[in-house]
Amino acid sequence: MTLLPLLSSVFRREMQLAYRRRSDLANPLLFFLIVVVLFPLGVTPDMAKLAEMAPGVLWVGALLANLLSLDLLFRSDYEDGSLEQMLLAALPPTSLVVCKVGVHWLVTGLPLTVMAPLLSVMLGLPGSALPLLMLTLALGTLSLSLIGGIGAALTVGLQKGGLLLTLLIMPLFVPVIIFGTGAVQAQVAGLPWLAQLAMLAAMTTGSLALAPLLTVAALRIAVGD
Amino acid sequence: MWQAFVRWFHKWSSPKWFYTMSQPWSFWLGWAATLIIATALVWGLLFAPVERLQGNSYRIIFIHVPSAFLSQAIYAAIAVLGLVGLVWKMKLAFFVAKQCIPVGASMALLALVTGAIWGKPTWGTWWEWDARLTSMLVLLLLYLGLWALHNAMERPESGDRAAAILALVGVVNLPIIKFSVEWWNTLHQPATLKFTEAPPMHTSMLIPFLMAILGFYLASMAWVLMRTRLEILQRERKSRWVEDELNRFSEGQ
Repeated sequence: MTLLPLLSSVFRREMQLAYRRRSDLANPLLFFLIVVVLFPLGVTPDMAKLAEMAPGVLWVGALLANLLSLDLLFRSDYEDGSLEQMLLAALPPTSLVVCKVGVHWLVTGLPLTVMAPLLSVMLGLPGSALPLLMLTLALGTLSLSLIGGIGAALTVGLQKGGLLLTLLIMPLFVPVIIFGTGAVQAQVAGLPWLAQLAMLAAMTTGSLALAPLLTVAALRIAVGD
Repeated sequence: MWQAFVRWFHKWSSPKWFYTMSQPWSFWLGWAATLIIATALVWGLLFAPVERLQGNSYRIIFIHVPSAFLSQAIYAAIAVLGLVGLVWKMKLAFFVAKQCIPVGASMALLALVTGAIWGKPTWGTWWEWDARLTSMLVLLLLYLGLWALHNAMERPESGDRAAAILALVGVVNLPIIKFSVEWWNTLHQPATLKFTEAPPMHTSMLIPFLMAILGFYLASMAWVLMRTRLEILQRERKSRWVEDELNRFSEGQ
């Protein structure tokens, strides 16, 4: 069999699985909403101050929501043994990983991005910042899913991997969030923001090239034991 | 020539050889480090001249900078050892890499704490969300993550390989730390020592400073060697020579 039909069948399977676990998919979005709601309650309801914090709050919320959903990325496939079969199949394992992570982004990162404008209005972020916010979130969440995939693969064999995954992956998310919020904040302040956006895009493409390789290596460790 | 190199390289895959060889090495490195650090600190803290702008508070540089150097150098060593372990399947590299983690984490913590103490009189604050400070904190978190990953794995062999992969990903942070003071140009001053320029320090400060750095390097090596010896005994406890070694100990007492 050639590569493309195999890949599309994996893609269809992943989408179908995601569709059948709809409640799992809603959880990160609800989490995102709740985190953002907590900030005005916990910090200040003053719209002017909230608008200043809004890019950071939205980014932190999206990052945590993404992190929350990462633990499920390989777990069910690992537990029922299908992951092992997929690694043995004719399909190159990196393309399998790209496919799975891509679907993860489609069902978490993309909805988070689409949800962001609603929440940014609640935080009083100026409407002119919306396109850039959505662009950085779309690029950033893809990079988060790719980097997080390494962590998910490293902890897939562990019973309680969730908390450890957070500890392992959070330091690696730091550059992404710095440049993601940096671009939006620069635009709100009327400063040039292209450099931050370019750095973010570079990180996304860089992780697209390298993270799948490391994820496969980590999956082989988990499956090999 | 090549043959000799290959033979030398292969020796490193034997934990027994390493165990035997590391005993005198850790002993002499430890003593040399103690002497050099003691000289450097007495010289630096008591006899080096007072700095023109910062007064006596600058003297913490003799601890702060060496520990910051080491925390990064050890992380780089962990990544290289992890790569060696993954590529050549050399378990000794993993042992050393694992035992580098607590040493490196202590150095990162020491650098952060001494930095905070130094920051209070000179910048007027214990902590600032400065690029260099934040990236050092991230380095400490990376160390803690590596250690947690080792402890979470049931089989130490999978912990070794998993931590090696994580260490390789975390290498991204090293250039960020190095260049943070140049890119962001925030509160932390740029590097004092550069290979390309004459050091902007008076000789009476520079010599104890360089001695302190050398001493911290030697002390870390000795510390890693000692920790690795215990790791070897623990991980190779089922092999014959470790049994003999442990029996020799219990009989000696």
